[in-house]
Amino acid sequence: MIRFDKVGKRYPGGREALQGVSFHLAAGEMAFLTGHSGAGKSTLLKLIALLERPSYGQVFVNGRNVSRAGRRRIPYLRRDIGLIFQDHRLLSDRTVFDNVALPLVIAGHRHQEIRRRVQAALDKVGLLDKAQRFPVTLSGGEQQRVGIARAVVNRPPILLADEPTGNLDPALSAEIMDLFRQFNTVGVTVLIASHDLALIRRLGQRILVLDHGLLVDDGRAHAA
Amino acid sequence: MSRFAWRETSSRRASRGAGTARAAVQRRRPAAPRRLGAYGVSHVQSLLASLGRMARSPVSTLMTVAVIGIALALPTGLHVLLENVQAVSAGWENSARISLFLQRDLPPDQVRRLEERLRAMPGVATVERITPAQALEEFRRLSGFDAALEALGENPLPTVLVVEPRLDFTDPALVEHLLDRARSLEGVELAQLDMAWVRRLFALMEIGKRGVLVLGALLALAVLLIVGNTIRLAIENRREEIEVQKLIGATDAFIRRPFLYSGLWHGLGGALCAWLLVSLSLALLAGPVRRLTLLYESDQALLGMNAGATLLLLAAGALLGLAGAWLAVGRHLRRIEPA
Repeated sequence: MIRFDKVGKRYPGGREALQGVSFHLAAGEMAFLTGHSGAGKSTLLKLIALLERPSYGQVFVNGRNVSRAGRRRIPYLRRDIGLIFQDHRLLSDRTVFDNVALPLVIAGHRHQEIRRRVQAALDKVGLLDKAQRFPVTLSGGEQQRVGIARAVVNRPPILLADEPTGNLDPALSAEIMDLFRQFNTVGVTVLIASHDLALIRRLGQRILVLDHGLLVDDGRAHAA
Repeated sequence: MSRFAWRETSSRRASRGAGTARAAVQRRRPAAPRRLGAYGVSHVQSLLASLGRMARSPVSTLMTVAVIGIALALPTGLHVLLENVQAVSAGWENSARISLFLQRDLPPDQVRRLEERLRAMPGVATVERITPAQALEEFRRLSGFDAALEALGENPLPTVLVVEPRLDFTDPALVEHLLDRARSLEGVELAQLDMAWVRRLFALMEIGKRGVLVLGALLALAVLLIVGNTIRLAIENRREEIEVQKLIGATDAFIRRPFLYSGLWHGLGGALCAWLLVSLSLALLAGPVRRLTLLYESDQALLGMNAGATLLLLAAGALLGLAGAWLAVGRHLRRIEPA
C-alpha cells in the first residue's frame, strides 16, 4: 500500500531529512514510526501525503508512483489518505459537525449522504452528542477524536497520524491508539508517527525506527 | 478470510500499475449525475457563504462597495451627461443659417429682388433682412463701443440677409449647395454658414466621449485593483482554512470558488451603488435643468439611465469584480501550501 524505494529528502539549506529510505507497508497493515525529534518522521509522512516531494527515490501509494504526480492530481490522491495531526488542525469557526463534514463537502457528496456519514464517524469516536459544539469548547482528547473522525469520514484506505497523542495523558493516548486499531481491523492501512516508545511497544505492532534520516529498523524482524 | 480477500484485491490493484491509477481515482468519486447535482449544490453553497461572510463584516464590505461604486459612478455619470447634451443638441445640426453680407452700395429695390430670388430657391424656409441701422443698434448694445462708433461718423455695416433652410433640408451637402448658389448671386459680398459653432460643439462632444472611455478604462482598472486587494486580504485571513482544505484533498477550483463569488458580489454591489449615486445626482439636477430648458422654450427633460445602460453597468461591475478576484486568487492561492 505504501512503498518507499531509496527515498531521500534534502531541504533547501542542505539539511538531509531522509537518506535512502526503503520500506514496504502492505495493505491492511498497521505500523508505528518512531525516532528522536528531527529524525525525519514528519518528513516521511509528508512525502506520503504529497506535502513534500522526494529529492530522489520513488514513493508508491496505493500502487501509484506519487513522486511524479502532477499538481492537479494531488487533491484526488490526498482524498485516499486520512491525515491526523498533533495540533488537530480543526477550523475554529465551524462546528464539530461541519469540521468532520469538510472532506465530504470537498468530494462533492449530497447533503443527506454527508449527514449520514458524519453521524456515523462521530458515533465511532463517541462524540455524536457534541456535533453542534465548537472545537474550542472541547477537551484536547475530544478535539483529537474530532480530527480522527474527519480523517476517516471519507473512508480512505490509508490513515496517517503525526504524533496524535503528543498532548494527551497516557489514558487518553491509549484510547486514541485503540481507535486506530479498530480502523485497522476493518482493513485500513495505518501509519502512526510517535516518540512514545513505551506506549507503542505495548501495542505490539510493527515499528519503523528512524535515526538522523536513516531507517535503522524497518520492523520486519518483529513482524516475522 | 474477509481481510485476506481485501489484501488480495488491493495488491492486485497495486500490480495494475500507474496506467489504471486514474480509473482508480475516478472509482472513488461519486457517480456522474450525483456529482453534477452536488456540483450545483457546491456552487450555491459558495454563493451563499460568500454573501454571509460579507454580511458578517458590514462596515468593511460597505466601504469597499462604496469605493467601487464611486469609481463606477464617475464614468457612468459623465456618460449620462453626454447623452443629455447630445439629445439637446441633436436638433441643432439642422439649424444652420446662412448669413449673406450684401455689397454696401446696393440699392433697396435690388435688395428686395435678391430677397425674393432667395425665397424662391428650393429648401429655403425664411429670409430675414437686417438693415445696417438695425445691425449697428445691436452692435452698439452688445459691444458697448458707443464712443468709437460715434467717431466713425457713418454706418460701416452692410445689409445682411439671414437665410434659414427648411427643417427637412438636413443634408449638409444640400446646405452647402444652397450656400454656393447664394454666394454666386449678384450683389452678395460674402456668404457665411453659421455652423462652425455647432461643429465645434460636436467636436468637443467627441472629445468628451473619448474622455469618458479613457476615464472609464482607468477606473475599471481601479475597480480591478480594489477587488483584487479585498480578495487578497480575505485569502490571508482564511489562510488556515485554505491549508486545511488543501490537506484533505480540496481542488484549486473548490478553494477558489467562494473568493470568486465574493469578488462578483463586491462588483455587483459597487455597480448598484454607482447606479444609486448617478440616479440621486440626476434627481438633484432635475429641478435646475427643468428651469433651464423652460428658459430655452424647450420641453427637453433630463434623461436618466435607461434599462440598457443600467444592465450594462451592473454587468460591468459584476465582471470587473469577478476578474479582480480571479487575478488575486490566481496569484495568492498557489502560494499557500500546507506545511
